Amino acid sequence: MKFAIVVFPGSNCDHDAYHATRHVLGQDADFVWHKETDLKGADVVVLPGGFAHGDYLRTGAIARFSPVMDSVRAFAAAGNPVIGICNGFQVLLEAELLPGAMLRNTDKYKCEYVYARVEQTDTPFTNLCTKGQVLKIPIAHGEGNYYADPETMAGLHANRQVIFRYVSHEGEVTAAANPNGSLDSIAGICNLARNVVGLMPHPERACESALGSADGKIVLESVISVFAKA
Amino acid sequence: MTARVYVTLKPSVFDPQGHTITEALHQMGYGGVDDVRQGKYFELNLPGTSADQARTLATEVARKLLANPVIESYRIEVAE
Repeated sequence: MKFAIVVFPGSNCDHDAYHATRHVLGQDADFVWHKETDLKGADVVVLPGGFAHGDYLRTGAIARFSPVMDSVRAFAAAGNPVIGICNGFQVLLEAELLPGAMLRNTDKYKCEYVYARVEQTDTPFTNLCTKGQVLKIPIAHGEGNYYADPETMAGLHANRQVIFRYVSHEGEVTAAANPNGSLDSIAGICNLARNVVGLMPHPERACESALGSADGKIVLESVISVFAKA
Repeated sequence: MTARVYVTLKPSVFDPQGHTITEALHQMGYGGVDDVRQGKYFELNLPGTSADQARTLATEVARKLLANPVIESYRIEVAE
C-alpha cells in the first residue's frame, strides 16, 4: 500500500513520516508538494508535522488554501484515511476537516515524551490498539491547546470522536499529565465518518525502540492492516 | 480606502499569551493591570474603493482568512 506525504513549505517531519512508512514498515511512500494536486494513487494521506508557511497568521491557516488541500478534501470525502500529525492536525482544523481550533499552550513550547491513551479503536489508525492502551509518544509543539465551544465538545463526546487523551504513565487523566492545557486532555480526534484523524503526538517518531519508543508504530500498522485485509 | 482589521480572541477563550504578559507586568510592579488580551492588527490598502466596498471586502477576508471564527472575533474600521 502507498502513503502520500504532503510537503508544505516549512514541513519538517515529512522525512520522519517517510522513514517510518518506507524504511521501518516497508510500505510504498511518496512526497506530494503542496502545489501539486495529484496524490499519486496513494491509499493513505499523511499531513506531517512542522511549521507550514512558518505558522504565519495562525498554525495551518495558510496551508489550508494550498492547492493540494482540494485533493485531500476530496480524498477524505470519499472515505479514505487521512492522518494529520501535529502541524498536520492544525491544518486539518483550519481546513474544517476536523472540528475545533488550537490555542497557544498554557505555558510554553513543549518537547517531551507524553503518554497518550487510546480512547476509541474503530478508526483506521487505532484498529490494532486495545481501548485504554497507553502509548509513549513524543510531542513537540507550542500550539496544541485544543479548544472547541461547549456544543462542539458535547458532539465530540457523544459521537466518540475523542481518539487520544493525555494521561499519566498509569493511564489516568490528570492535570499534571496534560502538557498544553487541552480541553478534556484531548490529544487527538477524528471526524464523524472516522476516516480523518488528527493528533498532536508524533507516532512516526516513535517507531523504533532505538529512538526511545516504538509505541507509535501501531498507529501506522493499524492503517496498513486495513489494506492488508482488503 | 484603508481598512483596519482588529482580531482578538473571543472573551470566552483563554488567552495564554495575554496571561503571561499580565504576569510579567505584575512582576514589573504594574499591579494595577488586571488583565491583558492580545490580538492582531491588519491594514488593508484598497485603492479605488468606496467606504462600503472596502468594508464589504475587509469583512470577507477577515471571515475567510484573518480570523478563525472558532476562537476569534474581528472589528473593522474604514478610513481614507
